[in-house]
Amino acid sequence: MRYRGDQRVRIAARLHEGHHRIPGYLKGKTGRVARVHGSFPNPETRAYGTDGLPRQPLYLVGFAQRDVWPDYRGPAGDRIYADVFEHWLEEA
Amino acid sequence: MHDRGGWPTQAPIDRSEHQLADWELLVDALVGALGRHGVMNVDELRRGIEGMPPDEYERASYYERWLYSVETVLIEKGVLAPRELDRRIGG
Repeated sequence: MRYRGDQRVRIAARLHEGHHRIPGYLKGKTGRVARVHGSFPNPETRAYGTDGLPRQPLYLVGFAQRDVWPDYRGPAGDRIYADVFEHWLEEA
Repeated sequence: MHDRGGWPTQAPIDRSEHQLADWELLVDALVGALGRHGVMNVDELRRGIEGMPPDEYERASYYERWLYSVETVLIEKGVLAPRELDRRIGG
């Protein structure tokens, strides 16, 4: 596991052809690791009929809603959480 | 059709429940059986749904999308021949 709880991370902004598991609205956004889930078969390769191995580390990452949606008008403390595989994360 | 999160819309969300038809229960069971027998997994199911032409995706109901994906992936794998299902149901 490259990242630990509460560490600041950024979602990679790279393009990706084919099935992938990162919402476009989070690309390039910075959040914090809320939980380290463990390692799981990679759904991005399983989607093409493989066994998804080697397992990939998966994290719960929290973002301030105001960082994700430029015109967000809710309370400043509102957060959005997403499960993100390690290969979509960068140090921030 | 894929990665729709965050798209702007004015349309209300349909939160109504509906009774599932028999064919919808069968599609659900079919996907479960294909998974348990190692023929097709849920990530392939999702890829097949995302790969639908946008107009067909918009027209299709939830389980129609599942069925579309099952047919697509099983044809990819050679389990079904192209248009085999249509022929069998006389389409």
